[in-house]
Amino acid sequence: MSMADQSAPRDSFRLSMLLYDTRYRSLTIQVVFFILFMAGFAWLINNTIQNLETLGKDFNFGFLSSRAGYDINQRLIEYTNNSTHGRAMVVGLLNTLLVAFLGCILATILGVIAGVLRLSKNWIVGRLMTVYVEAFRNIPVLLWILIIFAIMTESMPPPKDFRGDEATAAMSLWETVAVSNQGIFIPRLVPASYFWVFFVLIIAAIFVIRYLRKRAIIIQEATGVRPGTFWQSIGVVVIPLVAAYFAISAITTKNELTFIVATEQSVENLVAFSEIAGRINYCHAPNSAASLSGLRYLEANELDYSRREFHNTSASIKEFIGGTCNAIVVDSADAAVVADSLSDGLRGNATAVTVADTVMEGRAFEFDVPELTEKGIPRFEGGLHLRNSLIALWLALSVYTGAFIAEIVRAGILAISKGQTEAASALGIRPSRTMRLVILPQALRVIVPPLISQYLNLTKNSSLAIAVGYMDLRSTLGGISLNQTGRELECMLLMMLIYLVISLAISVVMNIYNTRTQLKER
Amino acid sequence: MSRLSYVRREMLPQQEPPVTEVGIIKWVRENLFSGVLNSILTVLSVLFIGWVILHIWEWFYHSVWYAGSLSECREIIADTYGEGAEGACFAVITERWNQLLFGFYPSELYWRPVLAFVLMFVALAPILFTGAPRKLMYFTLIYPALAYWLLWGGTVFTPILIMFGFVLGYLVVKFLGRIAPLIATILAILVPIVWWLMLMGPTLNVINGVIATMQQESYIEKQADVVENYQTLLDSPDTAESDISRYESKQREAQASLERAIALPQIREDLEVATAEAERLRAALPDLVKDVTSREELDEMTVDIPDEDRALLEEALTAEDLVLQVTSAKQSVEADVGRIGFVPVPSDDFGGFMLAFIIGITGIAFSLPLGILLALGRQSNLFLIRTICVGFIEFIRGVPLITLLFTASLLLNYFLPPGTNFDIILRVIIMVTLFSAAYIAEVVRGGLAALPRGQYEAADALGLDYWKAQRLIIMPQALKISIPGIVSSFIGLFKDTTLVVFIGLLDPIGLSNSIRATTEWNGIYWELFIFIGLLFWIVCFGMSRYSMYLERKLKTGH
Repeated sequence: MSMADQSAPRDSFRLSMLLYDTRYRSLTIQVVFFILFMAGFAWLINNTIQNLETLGKDFNFGFLSSRAGYDINQRLIEYTNNSTHGRAMVVGLLNTLLVAFLGCILATILGVIAGVLRLSKNWIVGRLMTVYVEAFRNIPVLLWILIIFAIMTESMPPPKDFRGDEATAAMSLWETVAVSNQGIFIPRLVPASYFWVFFVLIIAAIFVIRYLRKRAIIIQEATGVRPGTFWQSIGVVVIPLVAAYFAISAITTKNELTFIVATEQSVENLVAFSEIAGRINYCHAPNSAASLSGLRYLEANELDYSRREFHNTSASIKEFIGGTCNAIVVDSADAAVVADSLSDGLRGNATAVTVADTVMEGRAFEFDVPELTEKGIPRFEGGLHLRNSLIALWLALSVYTGAFIAEIVRAGILAISKGQTEAASALGIRPSRTMRLVILPQALRVIVPPLISQYLNLTKNSSLAIAVGYMDLRSTLGGISLNQTGRELECMLLMMLIYLVISLAISVVMNIYNTRTQLKER
Repeated sequence: MSRLSYVRREMLPQQEPPVTEVGIIKWVRENLFSGVLNSILTVLSVLFIGWVILHIWEWFYHSVWYAGSLSECREIIADTYGEGAEGACFAVITERWNQLLFGFYPSELYWRPVLAFVLMFVALAPILFTGAPRKLMYFTLIYPALAYWLLWGGTVFTPILIMFGFVLGYLVVKFLGRIAPLIATILAILVPIVWWLMLMGPTLNVINGVIATMQQESYIEKQADVVENYQTLLDSPDTAESDISRYESKQREAQASLERAIALPQIREDLEVATAEAERLRAALPDLVKDVTSREELDEMTVDIPDEDRALLEEALTAEDLVLQVTSAKQSVEADVGRIGFVPVPSDDFGGFMLAFIIGITGIAFSLPLGILLALGRQSNLFLIRTICVGFIEFIRGVPLITLLFTASLLLNYFLPPGTNFDIILRVIIMVTLFSAAYIAEVVRGGLAALPRGQYEAADALGLDYWKAQRLIIMPQALKISIPGIVSSFIGLFKDTTLVVFIGLLDPIGLSNSIRATTEWNGIYWELFIFIGLLFWIVCFGMSRYSMYLERKLKTGH
């Protein structure tokens, strides 16, 4: 046989070769498959177009910029029912991310503790952790969410139990935390002016600590003796922060604030104003120390007032102009200018005037502690309100995912062969250091990929928020917005897309980590 | 010789080991108090366990198992253990037992799901345990159809004809497979689909019609008997008040079917008349509108049509609509009269753990093969197939199951041809299956990736083609590696069946909500949660134990 004979089939292409020649068959299969796939896809699209036409609907996302008209009880950014559906979607997305973030942190803590303790030689602790893992892994997370929600709403005392001489419930942690069936109220950190200084200091401290570590390593490699960095690191963090606290407090406590009220007659002070207006309706921005000082002033002087809470200072000024509330506190330095500018927007004959009452801004940061109202319906005011829905979703997702993480951690530690520990002991490394320098770095390589996929699961499971009425992405965009606008197709597609982007983002992070920590082999 | 000896002559008796080195004390020392940290942990654990038992024990101990309502329950507890005593009211479970298990499935038909459940174990036996007789595999093959028939009822020919589609596919492979494998594969997929979508419905109607003719008289007699029986029941003084309305509605139902069965010949006659009339009118149509078959078509026509033509066409179309109406009426009566089988139960009545099991087990059964195919697709070196599989897997894994379920309940009507509307349980099963298949695909891919390259090369060296290599060499090993992952996907799927509550199906959690909404059981939480949680726990824990057993059994290492 010559070469010419071997290459002969190439010249004469027959149709049957598409099926029987392995060189072409894969192509044939792919083309047929592709045609079928596209045909199916086109069929779906065509059906959708037809159905939309029959229903008289079109496909556009214009509804995102129309007025939403519903309230969202937990919002991380400013939102009212006058905001758009698009903004409602963002509020929901942020709520999803919030509960996912909190959940991932708590689940990791629980999971690592349970995973390590399950390997403990302590019989009773090991069994207890086994019970925890098996109980939570084998019962649907939805049930856990409902159980914790029921515990919060059914077994916790209502606010009225906290009131009066015969109160059956009391606030815990030195009267700062209230656990009631309305949710958990905790103190809120309220920053005054110049709060950003703290962030700058912390970032600076991180850089200094990294420098200290590097220096310690250089010295260790040169001399064999590692200089301690622990106390220095703590000092770098604590000393500037404490100094900054006192320095800023010195400035802010001298910062005078003046009340501005919306009134039709001229008034001298708040007492006079409360008589004319009937009641002071205070515009309160819970995250501003100035606003908090104003509130405390009202309370200290036993004025008759009620408060309206808004997301931030600019929102409360907006509502002041809108007329929802009639008293606000601003910097004395520019009070007159602000009062003038506010007067322009007010309705009717009302003008914004400054009154004689002044108050000093508080310290660098203060805590707004929740308090039970003394009159009227008992409820908690002030502080940070963690709603039952958030608590239930957060705890349930955390303990559920924690059980899975415990198994991952356990498997990761078990995957490191005993020889590694023995080798470390042979080198004279202490057990705690063996864990930190030998076992963990290797175990992490096994632990992290499944751990991140658990984070992914937790994020997706947060869509079960619907069971407890937590306003996440699914409840805003895929719930109320969907029902109000009747745009199922757009809402669902957008929602899936957002979840997909979150998931893909997390998997990209995971892949980067994987390639960075992979053992470098031949 | 001196009697002095410096060597001990007799052995000392063996001494008891120190008390701290033996028995329970040694164990306690080593396992509970081996160090400061361990001691603290032990004490904390004991305190925790004690606290839990103290809080729950009394509540459990005071539990009431038989009562009609929560208030009655509390009364019993107060009577037995004194005022203010706390107690569990498990009476809700005994009272609503059937509902929690079967939802609103008709109570006289409970034997059907129970039988299907029991038979499920028979069908599962040859898959789960190698010790079971191999012949049982045939039963496993027909079990899905049998279970469908038992659960949903209806004529026996529906499942038979559905199964016939698979038989057709098998026959195509068997007879064409040797001649043209690729064509056979494609046809094996196409032929059953064509059968199910186009030919099965008419065939079923024909069969129903024939049988209806045959057993019309016996059917009438039977229904007449039923009506009479209920009448005697209603007339008898022993009948309880509460049953009367139920009996009456049953009697009305039987009466209605009796009348419809009697009217069947009349309906058939009507149909013939209507058909003849429609044909006559159609034939008499002027040429311009002769080919117009619907009103939409008429609206879209660009040619001017005279009014008298329009009127004629309108008449013909009305007659044709009437034919359609009478036909569907005839078919529904024939389906009733010509039914060889059980009373049909609509999907709306399904609920409780039965629903969880139906969705879970069907999902498990279908998601494994689909997942394996997807994994193979993802590992394939055909670019297009790989891309599509990767896209599908990543999409499904990237979105929460709940959005897919909402798609099934809200959006599926957009994607399907106008007017199609199929069973919500089926939709949910499809979505759950797709969801689980994507996860299983990833697990199986892990197993495939873990196989040494040499296994593939060995298969090639033996001259096995792709499918044979997969079936005989690759898959048995890859699946063995992936067992733990696959079973945990199954467990996840079974737990995820609870999510159907959000699209309005009455799974156990949905039922617990509706039980709580009744006046009798308003305010009951823990007992229901405990019961539901326990049942899920038993099933899921059982599955995880089985996977461990399987791993041990298949272990071939040293």
